[in-house]
Amino acid sequence: MSAVPTPSAGDAGGVVDPAAALRFQNVSMVFPDGTKALDDVSFEVRRGEFVTIVGPSGCGKSTVLRIASGLLRGATGHYSLADSNIGYVFQDATLLPWRTVQKNVELFAELHGLDRSERDRRAAEAIELVGLKGFERSYPRRLSGGMRMRASLARSLVLNPKLFFFDEPFGALDEITREKLNEELLRLFVHENFAALFITHSIYEAVFLSTRVLVMSSRPGRLVAEFEVPFPYPRADDLRFDPHFAELSGKVSHALREAHS
Amino acid sequence: MTTTMGPGAELEIRDKLQKAAPAGRATMKERLGPIGVFVGFIGLWYLISAWAIEAVFNKPKFLVPPPHEVIQDSFFGTAKIRNEMFKGVLLSAEVAFLGLLIAIVIGMALAVLMSRARWIEKSLFPYAVALQAVPILAFVPLIGSFLGFNFTARVFVCIVISLFPIIANTLFGLLSAEAGQHDLFTLHGAGKLKRLLKLQLPAALPSIFTGFRISAGLSVIGAVVGDFFFRQGEAGIGRLIDVYRARNDNPQMYGAVILAALLGIVVFWLFGQLSRVAVGRWHEVTGQS
Repeated sequence: MSAVPTPSAGDAGGVVDPAAALRFQNVSMVFPDGTKALDDVSFEVRRGEFVTIVGPSGCGKSTVLRIASGLLRGATGHYSLADSNIGYVFQDATLLPWRTVQKNVELFAELHGLDRSERDRRAAEAIELVGLKGFERSYPRRLSGGMRMRASLARSLVLNPKLFFFDEPFGALDEITREKLNEELLRLFVHENFAALFITHSIYEAVFLSTRVLVMSSRPGRLVAEFEVPFPYPRADDLRFDPHFAELSGKVSHALREAHS
Repeated sequence: MTTTMGPGAELEIRDKLQKAAPAGRATMKERLGPIGVFVGFIGLWYLISAWAIEAVFNKPKFLVPPPHEVIQDSFFGTAKIRNEMFKGVLLSAEVAFLGLLIAIVIGMALAVLMSRARWIEKSLFPYAVALQAVPILAFVPLIGSFLGFNFTARVFVCIVISLFPIIANTLFGLLSAEAGQHDLFTLHGAGKLKRLLKLQLPAALPSIFTGFRISAGLSVIGAVVGDFFFRQGEAGIGRLIDVYRARNDNPQMYGAVILAALLGIVVFWLFGQLSRVAVGRWHEVTGQS
Protein backbone atom coordinates (compact mmCIF):
# COMPACT_ATOMS: atom_id res chain seq x y z
CA MET A 1 0.00 0.00 0.00
CA SER A 2 2.97 2.27 0.52
CA ALA A 3 4.20 2.24 -3.04
CA VAL A 4 3.14 5.35 -4.87
CA PRO A 5 3.39 4.85 -8.60
CA THR A 6 4.91 7.50 -10.78
CA PRO A 7 2.38 9.76 -12.47
CA SER A 8 2.98 8.46 -15.97
CA ALA A 9 3.36 4.73 -15.28
CA GLY A 10 2.41 3.58 -18.74
CA ASP A 11 2.68 -0.08 -17.83
CA ALA A 12 3.14 -1.07 -14.21
CA GLY A 13 5.92 -3.56 -13.63
CA GLY A 14 5.79 -6.75 -11.59
CA VAL A 15 2.38 -7.88 -12.75
CA VAL A 16 1.80 -11.61 -12.51
CA ASP A 17 -0.51 -11.83 -15.49
CA PRO A 18 0.21 -8.90 -17.76
CA ALA A 19 -3.29 -8.97 -19.19
CA ALA A 20 -5.38 -8.99 -16.01
CA ALA A 21 -5.80 -5.94 -13.81
CA LEU A 22 -8.18 -7.80 -11.49
CA ARG A 23 -9.01 -11.46 -11.20
CA PHE A 24 -11.70 -13.23 -9.16
CA GLN A 25 -11.66 -17.04 -8.96
CA ASN A 26 -14.48 -18.85 -7.19
CA VAL A 27 -14.95 -16.08 -4.65
CA SER A 28 -17.73 -16.52 -2.10
CA MET A 29 -18.64 -14.34 0.83
CA VAL A 30 -20.72 -15.16 3.86
CA PHE A 31 -21.23 -12.39 6.39
CA PRO A 32 -20.81 -13.18 10.10
CA ASP A 33 -24.59 -13.04 10.54
CA GLY A 34 -24.93 -15.90 8.05
CA THR A 35 -26.07 -13.86 5.06
CA LYS A 36 -24.66 -15.29 1.89
CA ALA A 37 -23.59 -12.31 -0.21
CA LEU A 38 -21.58 -13.83 -3.03
CA ASP A 39 -21.63 -17.34 -4.42
CA ASP A 40 -18.74 -18.65 -6.48
CA VAL A 41 -17.99 -15.51 -8.46
CA SER A 42 -15.32 -15.70 -11.16
CA PHE A 43 -14.36 -13.03 -13.67
CA GLU A 44 -11.47 -10.84 -14.66
CA VAL A 45 -10.94 -7.29 -15.75
CA ARG A 46 -8.20 -7.00 -18.34
CA ARG A 47 -6.08 -3.93 -18.77
CA GLY A 48 -7.83 -1.17 -20.66
CA GLU A 49 -11.17 -2.92 -20.30
CA PHE A 50 -14.37 -1.37 -18.97
CA VAL A 51 -16.41 -4.04 -17.20
CA THR A 52 -19.78 -3.35 -15.63
CA ILE A 53 -21.75 -5.51 -13.24
CA VAL A 54 -25.50 -4.96 -13.35
CA GLY A 55 -27.84 -6.56 -10.90
CA PRO A 56 -30.86 -5.93 -8.71
CA SER A 57 -30.46 -3.84 -5.56
CA GLY A 58 -28.84 -5.68 -2.69
CA CYS A 59 -27.49 -8.52 -4.85
CA GLY A 60 -23.92 -8.05 -3.65
CA LYS A 61 -22.53 -5.98 -6.52
CA SER A 62 -20.87 -3.51 -4.17
CA THR A 63 -19.52 -6.37 -2.07
CA VAL A 64 -17.39 -7.39 -5.06
CA LEU A 65 -15.68 -4.00 -5.00
CA ARG A 66 -15.27 -3.98 -1.23
CA ILE A 67 -13.61 -7.40 -1.32
CA ALA A 68 -11.37 -6.55 -4.27
CA SER A 69 -10.18 -3.30 -2.68
CA GLY A 70 -9.46 -4.91 0.69
CA LEU A 71 -12.14 -2.92 2.55
CA LEU A 72 -13.97 -6.13 3.31
CA ARG A 73 -12.17 -9.22 4.52
CA GLY A 74 -13.31 -12.77 5.07
CA ALA A 75 -14.10 -13.84 1.51
CA THR A 76 -13.12 -17.30 0.36
CA GLY A 77 -11.58 -18.18 -3.00
CA HIS A 78 -8.81 -16.39 -4.87
CA TYR A 79 -8.74 -12.81 -5.92
CA SER A 80 -5.83 -10.66 -6.95
CA LEU A 81 -5.05 -7.15 -8.07
CA ALA A 82 -2.22 -6.41 -10.48
CA ASP A 83 -1.49 -3.18 -8.61
CA SER A 84 -2.63 -2.02 -5.19
CA ASN A 85 -2.94 1.55 -6.43
CA ILE A 86 -6.62 1.70 -7.33
CA GLY A 87 -9.10 4.48 -7.81
CA TYR A 88 -12.36 4.02 -5.91
CA VAL A 89 -15.37 6.23 -6.54
CA PHE A 90 -18.31 5.75 -4.18
CA GLN A 91 -21.99 6.42 -4.67
CA ASP A 92 -21.66 9.44 -2.37
CA ALA A 93 -19.02 11.92 -3.33
CA THR A 94 -17.62 11.51 0.25
CA LEU A 95 -15.80 14.82 0.00
CA LEU A 96 -14.45 16.23 3.25
CA PRO A 97 -16.63 19.32 3.80
CA TRP A 98 -13.92 21.28 5.59
CA ARG A 99 -11.60 21.09 2.60
CA THR A 100 -11.83 23.10 -0.60
CA VAL A 101 -12.09 21.26 -3.92
CA GLN A 102 -8.33 21.64 -4.34
CA LYS A 103 -7.59 20.23 -0.87
CA ASN A 104 -10.06 17.39 -1.33
CA VAL A 105 -8.46 16.40 -4.60
CA GLU A 106 -5.04 16.46 -2.94
CA LEU A 107 -6.10 14.18 -0.09
CA PHE A 108 -4.67 10.86 -1.27
CA ALA A 109 -1.42 12.44 -2.41
CA GLU A 110 -1.20 13.97 1.05
CA LEU A 111 -1.89 10.64 2.78
CA HIS A 112 0.91 9.07 0.76
CA GLY A 113 3.30 11.85 1.75
CA LEU A 114 3.85 13.51 -1.63
CA ASP A 115 5.39 16.96 -1.33
CA ARG A 116 3.43 20.13 -1.76
CA SER A 117 4.47 21.13 -5.26
CA GLU A 118 3.81 17.62 -6.58
CA ARG A 119 0.38 17.58 -4.88
CA ASP A 120 -0.47 20.96 -6.37
CA ARG A 121 0.58 19.90 -9.83
CA ARG A 122 -1.37 16.65 -9.79
CA ALA A 123 -4.47 18.19 -8.28
CA ALA A 124 -4.50 21.02 -10.82
CA GLU A 125 -4.21 18.48 -13.64
CA ALA A 126 -7.03 16.30 -12.27
CA ILE A 127 -9.30 19.28 -11.64
CA GLU A 128 -8.78 20.42 -15.20
CA LEU A 129 -9.53 16.92 -16.53
CA VAL A 130 -12.95 16.77 -14.86
CA GLY A 131 -13.85 20.30 -15.90
CA LEU A 132 -13.81 21.92 -12.47
CA LYS A 133 -11.24 24.58 -13.24
CA GLY A 134 -12.20 27.79 -11.49
CA PHE A 135 -13.75 25.99 -8.53
CA GLU A 136 -10.53 25.00 -6.76
CA ARG A 137 -11.27 27.18 -3.78
CA SER A 138 -14.95 26.32 -3.43
CA TYR A 139 -16.15 24.29 -0.47
CA PRO A 140 -18.27 21.19 -1.24
CA ARG A 141 -21.46 22.64 0.23
CA ARG A 142 -21.42 25.30 -2.50
CA LEU A 143 -21.34 22.65 -5.26
CA SER A 144 -24.19 20.83 -6.97
CA GLY A 145 -24.41 17.04 -6.84
CA GLY A 146 -22.89 16.71 -10.31
CA MET A 147 -19.97 18.96 -9.44
CA ARG A 148 -19.31 17.07 -6.23
CA MET A 149 -19.10 13.88 -8.23
CA ARG A 150 -16.64 15.55 -10.60
CA ALA A 151 -14.52 16.52 -7.60
CA SER A 152 -14.72 12.94 -6.33
CA LEU A 153 -13.56 11.70 -9.75
CA ALA A 154 -10.69 14.19 -9.76
CA ARG A 155 -9.64 13.00 -6.32
CA SER A 156 -9.47 9.39 -7.51
CA LEU A 157 -7.39 10.41 -10.54
CA VAL A 158 -4.64 12.06 -8.54
CA LEU A 159 -2.50 8.97 -7.96
CA ASN A 160 -2.92 7.87 -11.59
CA PRO A 161 -4.29 4.41 -10.86
CA LYS A 162 -4.57 1.99 -13.74
CA LEU A 163 -7.68 0.34 -12.28
CA PHE A 164 -10.83 2.11 -11.14
CA PHE A 165 -13.75 0.87 -9.08
CA PHE A 166 -17.00 2.74 -9.52
CA ASP A 167 -19.75 1.94 -7.05
CA GLU A 168 -22.92 3.39 -8.62
CA PRO A 169 -21.28 6.81 -8.73
CA PHE A 170 -24.05 8.52 -10.67
CA GLY A 171 -27.03 6.77 -9.09
CA ALA A 172 -28.14 9.78 -7.08
CA LEU A 173 -27.99 12.26 -9.96
CA ASP A 174 -30.73 13.38 -12.30
CA GLU A 175 -30.80 11.73 -15.70
CA ILE A 176 -29.34 14.52 -17.80
CA THR A 177 -26.45 15.09 -15.40
CA ARG A 178 -25.89 11.36 -15.31
CA GLU A 179 -25.72 11.07 -19.09
CA LYS A 180 -23.31 13.99 -19.32
CA LEU A 181 -21.07 12.47 -16.67
CA ASN A 182 -21.23 9.09 -18.44
CA GLU A 183 -19.92 10.76 -21.58
CA GLU A 184 -17.18 12.55 -19.65
CA LEU A 185 -16.21 9.36 -17.88
CA LEU A 186 -15.76 7.69 -21.26
CA ARG A 187 -13.67 10.61 -22.44
CA LEU A 188 -11.43 10.06 -19.38
CA PHE A 189 -11.39 6.32 -20.02
CA VAL A 190 -10.16 6.83 -23.57
CA HIS A 191 -7.76 9.59 -22.56
CA GLU A 192 -6.22 7.95 -19.48
CA ASN A 193 -6.43 4.38 -20.70
CA PHE A 194 -7.30 2.78 -17.35
CA ALA A 195 -9.27 -0.39 -16.61
CA ALA A 196 -12.62 -0.03 -14.86
CA LEU A 197 -15.01 -2.15 -12.87
CA PHE A 198 -18.30 -0.31 -12.73
CA ILE A 199 -21.37 -1.15 -10.65
CA THR A 200 -24.84 0.03 -11.58
CA HIS A 201 -28.44 -1.06 -11.79
CA SER A 202 -29.04 0.95 -14.94
CA ILE A 203 -28.88 -1.26 -18.02
CA TYR A 204 -28.44 1.69 -20.40
CA GLU A 205 -25.60 3.10 -18.37
CA ALA A 206 -23.94 -0.32 -18.37
CA VAL A 207 -24.23 -0.82 -22.13
CA PHE A 208 -23.25 2.74 -22.96
CA LEU A 209 -20.05 2.62 -20.90
CA SER A 210 -18.73 -0.90 -21.09
CA THR A 211 -16.69 -3.21 -23.20
CA ARG A 212 -18.29 -6.05 -21.26
CA VAL A 213 -21.44 -6.32 -19.11
CA LEU A 214 -21.82 -8.98 -16.40
CA VAL A 215 -25.24 -9.76 -14.98
CA MET A 216 -25.52 -10.68 -11.31
CA SER A 217 -28.43 -12.53 -9.74
CA SER A 218 -30.27 -11.67 -6.53
CA ARG A 219 -28.62 -12.56 -3.24
CA PRO A 220 -26.55 -14.59 -3.03
CA GLY A 221 -24.89 -12.80 -5.92
CA ARG A 222 -23.87 -15.05 -8.78
CA LEU A 223 -22.74 -14.08 -12.26
CA VAL A 224 -25.39 -15.46 -14.61
CA ALA A 225 -24.73 -13.83 -17.97
CA GLU A 226 -22.05 -11.96 -19.86
CA PHE A 227 -22.36 -9.66 -22.88
CA GLU A 228 -19.64 -8.24 -25.09
CA VAL A 229 -20.44 -4.69 -26.17
CA PRO A 230 -19.08 -4.22 -29.69
CA PHE A 231 -19.42 -0.44 -30.12
CA PRO A 232 -16.05 1.25 -30.65
CA TYR A 233 -14.72 4.12 -28.52
CA PRO A 234 -15.03 7.05 -28.44
CA ARG A 235 -18.77 6.68 -28.10
CA ALA A 236 -21.02 9.61 -28.78
CA ASP A 237 -24.24 10.66 -27.17
CA ASP A 238 -26.38 9.42 -30.10
CA LEU A 239 -25.23 5.83 -29.59
CA ARG A 240 -28.14 5.70 -27.14
CA PHE A 241 -30.55 5.96 -30.10
CA ASP A 242 -28.83 3.32 -32.22
CA PRO A 243 -31.02 0.25 -32.89
CA HIS A 244 -28.10 -2.05 -32.04
CA PHE A 245 -27.79 -0.32 -28.69
CA ALA A 246 -31.49 -0.90 -28.05
CA GLU A 247 -31.22 -4.54 -29.09
CA LEU A 248 -28.28 -5.24 -26.78
CA SER A 249 -29.95 -3.37 -23.91
CA GLY A 250 -32.99 -5.58 -24.47
CA LYS A 251 -30.88 -8.72 -24.15
CA VAL A 252 -29.25 -7.49 -20.92
CA SER A 253 -32.65 -6.53 -19.58
CA HIS A 254 -33.99 -9.98 -20.35
CA ALA A 255 -31.07 -11.65 -18.57
CA LEU A 256 -31.55 -9.36 -15.60
CA ARG A 257 -35.24 -10.25 -15.36
CA GLU A 258 -34.39 -13.93 -15.36
CA ALA A 259 -31.78 -13.36 -12.68
CA HIS A 260 -34.35 -11.56 -10.57
CA SER A 261 -36.89 -14.35 -10.45
CA MET B 1 -9.87 19.34 -23.14
CA THR B 2 -13.42 20.05 -24.16
CA THR B 3 -16.28 19.97 -21.72
CA THR B 4 -19.69 19.44 -23.14
CA MET B 5 -21.33 21.05 -20.15
CA GLY B 6 -19.88 23.92 -18.18
CA PRO B 7 -20.35 23.09 -14.51
CA GLY B 8 -20.76 26.83 -14.02
CA ALA B 9 -24.36 26.43 -15.07
CA GLU B 10 -25.02 24.22 -12.08
CA LEU B 11 -23.50 26.75 -9.70
CA GLU B 12 -25.55 29.51 -11.24
CA ILE B 13 -28.75 27.67 -10.41
CA ARG B 14 -27.62 27.18 -6.84
CA ASP B 15 -26.85 30.85 -6.51
CA LYS B 16 -30.32 31.68 -7.73
CA LEU B 17 -31.85 29.33 -5.21
CA GLN B 18 -29.85 30.91 -2.45
CA LYS B 19 -30.92 34.38 -3.50
CA ALA B 20 -34.53 33.32 -3.24
CA ALA B 21 -33.93 32.65 0.44
CA PRO B 22 -31.21 35.09 1.47
CA ALA B 23 -29.15 33.79 4.37
CA GLY B 24 -26.86 36.74 5.01
CA ARG B 25 -29.04 39.81 4.57
CA ALA B 26 -31.66 40.64 7.18
CA THR B 27 -34.86 42.36 6.17
CA MET B 28 -36.07 45.59 7.81
CA LYS B 29 -38.42 43.63 10.05
CA GLU B 30 -35.68 41.24 11.11
CA ARG B 31 -33.44 44.15 12.03
CA LEU B 32 -36.02 46.24 13.86
CA GLY B 33 -37.64 43.32 15.66
CA PRO B 34 -35.01 42.80 18.37
CA ILE B 35 -34.75 46.56 18.97
CA GLY B 36 -38.52 46.73 19.39
CA VAL B 37 -38.45 43.93 21.96
CA PHE B 38 -35.69 45.72 23.88
CA VAL B 39 -37.62 49.01 23.89
CA GLY B 40 -40.71 47.11 25.05
CA PHE B 41 -38.73 45.52 27.87
CA ILE B 42 -37.42 48.89 29.12
CA GLY B 43 -40.96 50.27 28.85
CA LEU B 44 -42.30 47.43 30.94
CA TRP B 45 -39.58 48.04 33.52
CA TYR B 46 -40.59 51.72 33.80
CA LEU B 47 -44.24 50.72 34.05
CA ILE B 48 -43.54 48.34 36.93
CA SER B 49 -41.17 50.75 38.67
CA ALA B 50 -43.47 53.77 38.42
CA TRP B 51 -46.84 52.15 38.91
CA ALA B 52 -47.30 48.38 39.07
CA ILE B 53 -44.93 47.66 41.95
CA GLU B 54 -47.25 49.56 44.32
CA ALA B 55 -50.60 49.33 42.58
CA VAL B 56 -50.46 45.67 41.53
CA PHE B 57 -47.84 43.91 43.64
CA ASN B 58 -48.43 45.99 46.73
CA LYS B 59 -44.70 46.40 47.47
CA PRO B 60 -42.64 49.49 48.33
CA LYS B 61 -41.43 51.49 45.38
CA PHE B 62 -37.66 51.31 46.14
CA LEU B 63 -37.63 47.54 45.38
CA VAL B 64 -37.70 48.24 41.63
CA PRO B 65 -35.71 51.37 40.81
CA PRO B 66 -36.18 52.74 37.27
CA PRO B 67 -33.52 51.88 34.66
CA HIS B 68 -31.90 55.32 34.53
CA GLU B 69 -31.43 55.29 38.30
CA VAL B 70 -29.80 51.85 38.12
CA ILE B 71 -27.39 52.97 35.42
CA GLN B 72 -26.66 56.26 37.20
CA ASP B 73 -26.04 54.80 40.66
CA SER B 74 -24.16 51.70 39.54
CA PHE B 75 -21.95 52.90 36.74
CA PHE B 76 -21.76 56.69 37.14
CA GLY B 77 -22.03 57.00 40.95
CA THR B 78 -19.22 56.89 43.51
CA ALA B 79 -15.77 55.66 42.57
CA LYS B 80 -15.95 53.09 45.34
CA ILE B 81 -19.01 51.39 43.85
CA ARG B 82 -17.57 51.56 40.35
CA ASN B 83 -14.28 49.98 41.45
CA GLU B 84 -16.06 47.34 43.43
CA MET B 85 -18.20 46.34 40.46
CA PHE B 86 -15.34 46.47 37.98
CA LYS B 87 -13.14 44.28 40.18
CA GLY B 88 -16.02 41.93 40.90
CA VAL B 89 -16.91 41.32 37.26
CA LEU B 90 -13.25 40.99 36.35
CA LEU B 91 -12.68 38.39 39.04
CA SER B 92 -15.72 36.40 37.95
CA ALA B 93 -14.62 36.61 34.33
CA GLU B 94 -11.17 35.32 35.23
CA VAL B 95 -12.64 32.45 37.22
CA ALA B 96 -15.03 31.56 34.41
CA PHE B 97 -12.40 31.70 31.65
CA LEU B 98 -9.75 29.77 33.52
CA GLY B 99 -12.28 27.13 34.56
CA LEU B 100 -13.51 26.85 30.99
CA LEU B 101 -10.00 26.61 29.59
CA ILE B 102 -9.04 23.79 31.93
CA ALA B 103 -12.34 22.03 31.24
CA ILE B 104 -11.64 22.28 27.50
CA VAL B 105 -8.20 20.73 27.84
CA ILE B 106 -9.32 17.93 30.16
CA GLY B 107 -12.62 17.35 28.34
CA MET B 108 -11.13 17.11 24.87
CA ALA B 109 -8.33 14.85 26.06
CA LEU B 110 -10.86 12.54 27.69
CA ALA B 111 -13.06 12.54 24.59
CA VAL B 112 -10.13 11.65 22.32
CA LEU B 113 -9.21 8.87 24.71
CA MET B 114 -12.80 7.56 24.71
CA SER B 115 -12.96 7.66 20.91
CA ARG B 116 -9.95 5.31 20.70
CA ALA B 117 -11.73 2.23 21.95
CA ARG B 118 -15.25 1.23 22.79
CA TRP B 119 -14.24 -0.23 26.15
CA ILE B 120 -12.59 3.02 27.25
CA GLU B 121 -15.73 4.90 26.31
CA LYS B 122 -17.86 2.37 28.19
CA SER B 123 -15.60 2.69 31.24
CA LEU B 124 -15.47 6.48 31.43
CA PHE B 125 -18.64 7.90 29.93
CA PRO B 126 -20.99 6.92 32.79
CA TYR B 127 -18.81 8.95 35.16
CA ALA B 128 -18.89 11.92 32.83
CA VAL B 129 -22.68 11.70 32.92
CA ALA B 130 -22.62 11.37 36.71
CA LEU B 131 -20.48 14.50 36.85
CA GLN B 132 -23.22 16.39 35.07
CA ALA B 133 -25.88 15.06 37.41
CA VAL B 134 -23.99 16.19 40.52
CA PRO B 135 -25.52 19.39 41.98
CA ILE B 136 -22.07 20.88 42.31
CA LEU B 137 -23.22 24.02 44.11
CA ALA B 138 -24.56 21.91 46.93
CA PHE B 139 -20.99 20.77 47.46
CA VAL B 140 -19.63 24.26 47.92
CA PRO B 141 -19.12 23.88 51.69
CA LEU B 142 -17.31 20.59 51.08
CA ILE B 143 -15.15 22.09 48.33
CA GLY B 144 -14.40 25.00 50.64
CA SER B 145 -13.06 22.70 53.31
CA PHE B 146 -10.61 21.15 50.83
CA LEU B 147 -9.66 23.99 48.51
CA GLY B 148 -10.53 27.02 50.59
CA PHE B 149 -12.90 29.75 49.49
CA ASN B 150 -10.76 31.65 47.08
CA PHE B 151 -9.70 31.51 43.48
CA THR B 152 -8.80 27.81 43.26
CA ALA B 153 -12.07 26.57 44.71
CA ARG B 154 -14.13 28.80 42.43
CA VAL B 155 -12.23 27.70 39.33
CA PHE B 156 -12.77 24.11 40.41
CA VAL B 157 -16.53 24.65 40.47
CA CYS B 158 -16.38 26.07 36.94
CA ILE B 159 -14.37 23.11 35.68
CA VAL B 160 -16.78 20.57 37.10
CA ILE B 161 -19.86 22.39 35.87
CA SER B 162 -18.56 22.89 32.30
CA LEU B 163 -16.76 19.61 31.71
CA PHE B 164 -19.58 17.37 30.50
CA PRO B 165 -20.78 19.30 27.43
CA ILE B 166 -17.20 19.41 26.18
CA ILE B 167 -16.65 15.69 26.64
CA ALA B 168 -20.02 14.76 25.14
CA ASN B 169 -19.86 17.10 22.13
CA THR B 170 -16.24 16.33 21.30
CA LEU B 171 -16.84 12.60 21.53
CA PHE B 172 -20.00 12.84 19.43
CA GLY B 173 -18.07 14.88 16.86
CA LEU B 174 -15.13 12.49 16.71
CA LEU B 175 -17.48 9.59 16.05
CA SER B 176 -19.49 11.52 13.46
CA ALA B 177 -17.13 11.05 10.49
CA GLU B 178 -19.04 9.01 7.90
CA ALA B 179 -18.21 5.39 7.12
CA GLY B 180 -17.47 6.32 3.50
CA GLN B 181 -14.93 8.90 4.62
CA HIS B 182 -13.28 6.33 6.88
CA ASP B 183 -13.13 3.97 3.89
CA LEU B 184 -11.06 6.54 1.98
CA PHE B 185 -8.51 6.61 4.77
CA THR B 186 -8.51 2.82 5.03
CA LEU B 187 -7.96 2.45 1.29
CA HIS B 188 -4.91 4.66 1.51
CA GLY B 189 -3.43 2.96 4.53
CA ALA B 190 -3.82 5.87 6.95
CA GLY B 191 -2.87 5.06 10.55
CA LYS B 192 -4.76 6.07 13.67
CA LEU B 193 -3.00 9.38 14.15
CA LYS B 194 -3.53 10.53 10.54
CA ARG B 195 -7.14 9.49 10.81
CA LEU B 196 -7.58 11.47 14.02
CA LEU B 197 -5.86 14.61 12.76
CA LYS B 198 -7.07 14.70 9.18
CA LEU B 199 -10.53 13.16 9.51
CA GLN B 200 -12.01 12.88 12.99
CA LEU B 201 -10.91 16.17 14.54
CA PRO B 202 -11.89 18.35 11.57
CA ALA B 203 -15.21 16.51 11.32
CA ALA B 204 -15.74 17.14 15.03
CA LEU B 205 -15.05 20.88 14.95
CA PRO B 206 -18.64 22.15 14.57
CA SER B 207 -19.74 19.90 17.38
CA ILE B 208 -16.73 20.84 19.53
CA PHE B 209 -17.59 24.50 19.19
CA THR B 210 -21.18 23.81 20.16
CA GLY B 211 -19.77 22.22 23.31
CA PHE B 212 -17.57 25.26 23.93
CA ARG B 213 -20.54 27.57 23.72
CA ILE B 214 -22.70 25.56 26.08
CA SER B 215 -19.83 25.19 28.53
CA ALA B 216 -18.90 28.87 28.33
CA GLY B 217 -22.41 29.74 29.50
CA LEU B 218 -22.25 27.15 32.26
CA SER B 219 -18.84 28.33 33.37
CA VAL B 220 -20.14 31.87 33.82
CA ILE B 221 -23.03 30.51 35.82
CA GLY B 222 -20.55 28.50 37.89
CA ALA B 223 -18.43 31.59 38.51
CA VAL B 224 -21.32 33.91 39.39
CA VAL B 225 -23.53 31.55 41.34
CA GLY B 226 -20.55 29.78 42.95
CA ASP B 227 -19.35 33.16 44.12
CA PHE B 228 -22.79 33.77 45.56
CA PHE B 229 -22.58 30.51 47.49
CA PHE B 230 -19.00 30.84 48.72
CA ARG B 231 -19.84 33.92 50.80
CA GLN B 232 -16.19 34.28 51.71
CA GLY B 233 -13.00 35.41 50.08
CA GLU B 234 -12.64 38.14 47.50
CA ALA B 235 -15.99 39.31 46.19
CA GLY B 236 -16.89 38.51 42.60
CA ILE B 237 -19.97 39.85 40.87
CA GLY B 238 -22.19 37.17 42.42
CA ARG B 239 -21.24 38.10 45.98
CA LEU B 240 -21.78 41.78 45.20
CA ILE B 241 -25.38 41.05 44.23
CA ASP B 242 -25.87 39.55 47.65
CA VAL B 243 -24.00 42.34 49.44
CA TYR B 244 -26.11 45.06 47.79
CA ARG B 245 -29.28 43.12 48.54
CA ALA B 246 -28.35 42.89 52.21
CA ARG B 247 -27.67 46.65 52.30
CA ASN B 248 -30.91 47.48 50.51
CA ASP B 249 -28.86 49.18 47.77
CA ASN B 250 -31.37 48.22 45.14
CA PRO B 251 -30.10 50.25 42.17
CA GLN B 252 -26.61 48.79 42.72
CA MET B 253 -28.03 45.30 43.07
CA TYR B 254 -29.77 45.65 39.71
CA GLY B 255 -26.56 47.04 38.26
CA ALA B 256 -24.60 44.00 39.46
CA VAL B 257 -27.23 41.68 38.01
CA ILE B 258 -26.96 43.46 34.67
CA LEU B 259 -23.17 43.09 34.73
CA ALA B 260 -23.45 39.38 35.48
CA ALA B 261 -25.88 38.99 32.59
CA LEU B 262 -23.60 40.98 30.28
CA LEU B 263 -20.67 38.76 31.20
CA GLY B 264 -22.68 35.71 30.19
CA ILE B 265 -23.81 37.30 26.93
CA VAL B 266 -20.31 38.49 25.99
CA VAL B 267 -18.81 35.05 26.60
CA PHE B 268 -21.56 33.37 24.57
CA TRP B 269 -21.11 35.85 21.74
CA LEU B 270 -17.35 35.45 21.81
CA PHE B 271 -17.55 31.72 21.34
CA GLY B 272 -20.15 32.14 18.61
CA GLN B 273 -17.74 34.38 16.71
CA LEU B 274 -14.88 31.98 17.34
CA SER B 275 -16.88 29.11 15.93
CA ARG B 276 -17.85 31.23 12.93
CA VAL B 277 -14.21 31.99 12.20
CA ALA B 278 -13.16 28.37 12.67
CA VAL B 279 -15.83 26.49 10.73
CA GLY B 280 -18.11 29.13 9.19
CA ARG B 281 -16.66 28.75 5.71
CA TRP B 282 -17.74 25.16 5.34
CA HIS B 283 -20.37 24.62 8.00
CA GLU B 284 -23.64 26.45 8.65
CA VAL B 285 -23.25 28.01 12.09
CA THR B 286 -26.66 28.39 13.63
CA GLY B 287 -28.18 29.46 16.92
CA GLN B 288 -26.71 32.92 17.33
CA SER B 289 -26.35 36.26 15.63
